[in-house]
Amino acid sequence: MYRITQKKILNPTVIQMNIEAPLVAKKAKPGQFIILRVEEDSERIPLTVAGTDKENGTVKIIFQVVGATTKKLSFKEEGEHICDFVGPLGTATELDGLKKVCIIGGGVGCAIAMPVAEALHNMGAEVTSIIGFRSKDLLILEDEFRSFSDTLHIMTDDGSYARQGNVTVPLKEMLEKGGKFDMIITIGPLIMMKFVTETARPFGVPVTVSMNPVMIDGTGMCGGCRLTLNVEGKKVTKFACVDGPDFNGYEVDFDEAMSRSRMYADFERHAYEDTCNLYKKEVN
Amino acid sequence: MAKANMSLLRNPMPAQEPLVRARNFDEVALGYSEETAIDEAMRCLGCKNMPCVDGCPVKIHIPDFIAEIKKGDFEAAYQIISKSSSLPAVCGRVCPQEKQCESKCIRGIKGESVGIGRLERFVADWHNTFCLEDPVKPQSNGHKVAVVGSGPSGLTCAGDLAKKGYEVTVFEALHVAGGVLVYGIPEFRLPKAIVAKEVDTLKKLGVKIETNVVVGKTLTVDEIFDMDYEAVFIGSGAGLPNFMGIPGESLKGVYSANEFLTRSNLMKSYRENPTTPIMKGGKVAVVGGGNVAMDAARTALRLGAEKVYIIYRRSMQELPARHEEVEHAIEEGIEFSLLCAPTEIIGYTNPNDPRDPKNGFVKAMKRIKMELGELDARGRRRPVEIEGSEYEIEVDTVIMSIGTSPNPLIKSTTDGLEVNARGGIIVNEDGLTSRGGVYAGGDAVTGAATVISAMGAGKTAASAIDEYLSK
Ligand SMILES: Cc1cc2nc3c(=O)[nH]c(=O)nc-3n(C[C@H](O)[C@H](O)[C@H](O)COP(=O)(O)OP(=O)(O)OC[C@H]3O[C@@H](n4cnc5c(N)ncnc54)[C@H](O)[C@@H]3O)c2cc1C
Ligand code: FES
Repeated sequence: MYRITQKKILNPTVIQMNIEAPLVAKKAKPGQFIILRVEEDSERIPLTVAGTDKENGTVKIIFQVVGATTKKLSFKEEGEHICDFVGPLGTATELDGLKKVCIIGGGVGCAIAMPVAEALHNMGAEVTSIIGFRSKDLLILEDEFRSFSDTLHIMTDDGSYARQGNVTVPLKEMLEKGGKFDMIITIGPLIMMKFVTETARPFGVPVTVSMNPVMIDGTGMCGGCRLTLNVEGKKVTKFACVDGPDFNGYEVDFDEAMSRSRMYADFERHAYEDTCNLYKKEVN
Repeated sequence: MAKANMSLLRNPMPAQEPLVRARNFDEVALGYSEETAIDEAMRCLGCKNMPCVDGCPVKIHIPDFIAEIKKGDFEAAYQIISKSSSLPAVCGRVCPQEKQCESKCIRGIKGESVGIGRLERFVADWHNTFCLEDPVKPQSNGHKVAVVGSGPSGLTCAGDLAKKGYEVTVFEALHVAGGVLVYGIPEFRLPKAIVAKEVDTLKKLGVKIETNVVVGKTLTVDEIFDMDYEAVFIGSGAGLPNFMGIPGESLKGVYSANEFLTRSNLMKSYRENPTTPIMKGGKVAVVGGGNVAMDAARTALRLGAEKVYIIYRRSMQELPARHEEVEHAIEEGIEFSLLCAPTEIIGYTNPNDPRDPKNGFVKAMKRIKMELGELDARGRRRPVEIEGSEYEIEVDTVIMSIGTSPNPLIKSTTDGLEVNARGGIIVNEDGLTSRGGVYAGGDAVTGAATVISAMGAGKTAASAIDEYLSK
């Protein structure tokens, strides 16, 4: 059992928790993830490590309540326990030698982008961050990004805060003005990462994307997390849990990944509604 | 003693009716009664040269345990088996006996061999039902040994060492112990309560089981040594699923057998209101002919498939699965499409609506007919495609069951650990790897093989580790 040492509501649908898991805390690097089960018989879900406190042996996770399992997790309070917590899984984001980097986060993806920005900042790299949200009330981690970035662009889809538009807007402007980056690192919805990649393509800037497909074991045993890369005209199958989650954006078959991510859409909607109904019954 | 039973046929295994069991997950084979077991034991001639023992990978003293069954002393029979095997209730159910002990049985020359596997299962189940005393934790000898992976090889190695007084910790990546016995082999063939009991026995012997530890990630082998463990046994299995590399393998509705079985067995998506989803119903094509393929096919059927095909590129004779599983699958109505192989999986696309939710799901499979040609290196006739014989069948789900390889994770994080071209860890006859104090066994060494050979490797390594640490 793994204890929840802290819980913080970041916005109406995004929650941050610190979980006691000393072995994971000792090892986890930016870009890696964990897999957890909330209760006996719960589903296994992957979440990216949003930070670690090595002294207290805790791992920070930030998640959006999108399905039945995250809903169940959101009901857990400080001091309570979750059943399983395993990691760190996947490979860490490759940061060696980067001097000038653009970090682009979308929605809850910003939680994953933040430790990467922090690590780069601490390495002395020049960090430009672009973070995007649907609207002002969904904004998270603004202060953190401000302190780790040399330049910060905040975008909202509806213009309710900062600038209105997609994260690709400031990226395109910077690139067109001759802005140079060693690397663009983007984390967020698949469609956003696809458009970031397309925006960067004419300028030839390397793009790293962080993939988060359906997973079960997270050790390379099931292949459920597989995705297709186009490497020099050849199709190559990779397992996101062990070969990733980071990949070269220019190689990823985003359309296939988006299609695969909807495999259980029906099931998930029903499970989510059931969990909500169950909860309503409990509180009534 | 009563006279030998000279019936040419063995006692049939009582089983659930095919049409009933094809819709439930309860165990198919129900096991011999005491009378049947004694009657079957009477068919054993007790041959002096014991050919059956030769066929057993761990050399169980078969005629001796059968002699005890004849006398009705089932516990004595159990004690004889347990000298050579740690998992008789498991092996009695899943060993390919017809290729091992039973293939050497003299009674099998004219008629059917003695049902050795069935007798082994009977004895183990009898013991588990009637001998309920808990094992006693032995006095510690002060040595710490770590075991990586809790499949049959790891559990056996841990058990043997614990009985000798070693302080053993098993590190397991998943949230439950048991390896393939829990995530791969389905409930209807191997009830999970049997595996849980084995794990429980180990705990009573003092073995610590640390789940949620991925060695190579959470801890490395070197860090395990830093924690004062004096030897490490790697029994991490061969879990990495292979795909064919044909077009359409990433469509929605295509699974590796590992994923399909893990969803059903480990994550319990066969139960009502599961938390982990799985595709149910429709037409299912399982590609492959091993035990894994049979398990996937029969699981799909039980999940409500209207039609399940086994697609295998050779003929019935070459099917590598256990004989009994093939028989059961046929009885349950699984259709065997032999001498054919898939060349493409075709997905649904609605040309008028890119948002049609059915887009990207499997719709059909293109297959090609095969014929058997020359013998290959392993002496099996090689399947050759018959040109121009491609045709399509309608399917909704495809399960790829064409083999697995050892996971490279431990190798890539352990300096000096040598593996062969197929990724199997290289060991000597004691199970010792190229790293001092590091032993390995089971599928991690051999590639996908059998429960009994994994168990045997765990035993061999345990005695080698004991010798190494007693010096
Ligand atoms: C569906 C299916 C049906 C089968 N049917 C039969 C049958 O009928 N008869 C038969 O004899 N054999 C059968 N087999 C084969 C048999 O199950 C295996 O040969 C046997 O389980 C191998 O045992 P093992 O101990 O080597 O590894 P496994 O049983 O594979 O166990 C390995 C364990 O190690 C864990 N692990 C892996 N990597 C790490 C790591 N880095 N850190 C920590 N833990 C790790 C895994 O999670 C797993 O629990 C079947 C296999 C499958 C998949
Ligand atoms: S999650 Fe199972 S292989 Fe990646």
